[in-house]
Amino acid sequence: MKTLAELQAIRDRMRSQIDLRDAGDDRIRVVVGMATCGIAAGARPVLNALLEEVNKRDLKNVTVSQTGCIGVCRLEPIVEVYVPGQEKVTYVKMTPEKVASIVSEHLVNGRVVEEYTIGAAE
Amino acid sequence: MKEIALYILDIAQNSITANASVLEVALSETAEAIAFVIADNGKGMSPQLLAQVSDPFTTTRTTRKMGLGIPLLRMAVEQTGGSLTIESTEGVGTTVTARFCAGHIDCPPVGDMAGTITLLLQGAPQLELHYTRTADENSFQLTTEEIRAQLGPEISLAEPEIILWLREYLQEQEMLLREHKGMKA
Repeated sequence: MKTLAELQAIRDRMRSQIDLRDAGDDRIRVVVGMATCGIAAGARPVLNALLEEVNKRDLKNVTVSQTGCIGVCRLEPIVEVYVPGQEKVTYVKMTPEKVASIVSEHLVNGRVVEEYTIGAAE
Repeated sequence: MKEIALYILDIAQNSITANASVLEVALSETAEAIAFVIADNGKGMSPQLLAQVSDPFTTTRTTRKMGLGIPLLRMAVEQTGGSLTIESTEGVGTTVTARFCAGHIDCPPVGDMAGTITLLLQGAPQLELHYTRTADENSFQLTTEEIRAQLGPEISLAEPEIILWLREYLQEQEMLLREHKGMKA
């Protein structure tokens, strides 16, 4: 059974890496819509899957955050990816299954997964 | 929404938008009722806004003229014969209390509370959150003060590793609670 004291070991490990994570402004931002529409459409498992993938691959240059209603509720869950110096990419009707390929293709290899974007859906 | 936990996630976001620094989330479960309380110290609502807040065509946002969070919750609660009360004082905070009748066929399951609590923290890592989960006589509690006492000040609660660890921790606590109560998952 887990106890909160285990967090100390995680803390000690993270302390040694903390400078890496804060370095530079070349950070990729991944934003999940978490308003009523997003939550009802299944944004929570999508956000969870994103955190799991980012953690598993140890992507220090990626920040995952939440936002409100993006304005196209019928296409929720929506995930936006901001790569510095590039145009924003909007992924729609997201599922935990789509997350893995977006993380490996887009966040790691820099190739937009066109078939999941709002451009392909509309 | 398919789970009570999702309503809690949705309604608690309103507290964060209202600039709350302290948030109490309590969920209790008996054979008769599943009830939750979300209490914040955010900016509160005026009596006028409070009177209209269950109307889907009332919202404070400026982009669109509707807001569905509270109306959806009210409908879900009242469908089971339960009740929703919202108390709010401007400059002091807001308390939302929802009570579902557990025996009613339209009562949603509690759902993934571990996911709800951890994603609230992921979205607002500076928040002081007090979570209490009760099932009959058994309960457990988690506060961000306890977490920070172990983590120290420099590590954000939003770090994926921390969030995922906390989710597993809460899932375990939830399972123990259910074993005690002999409830179905």
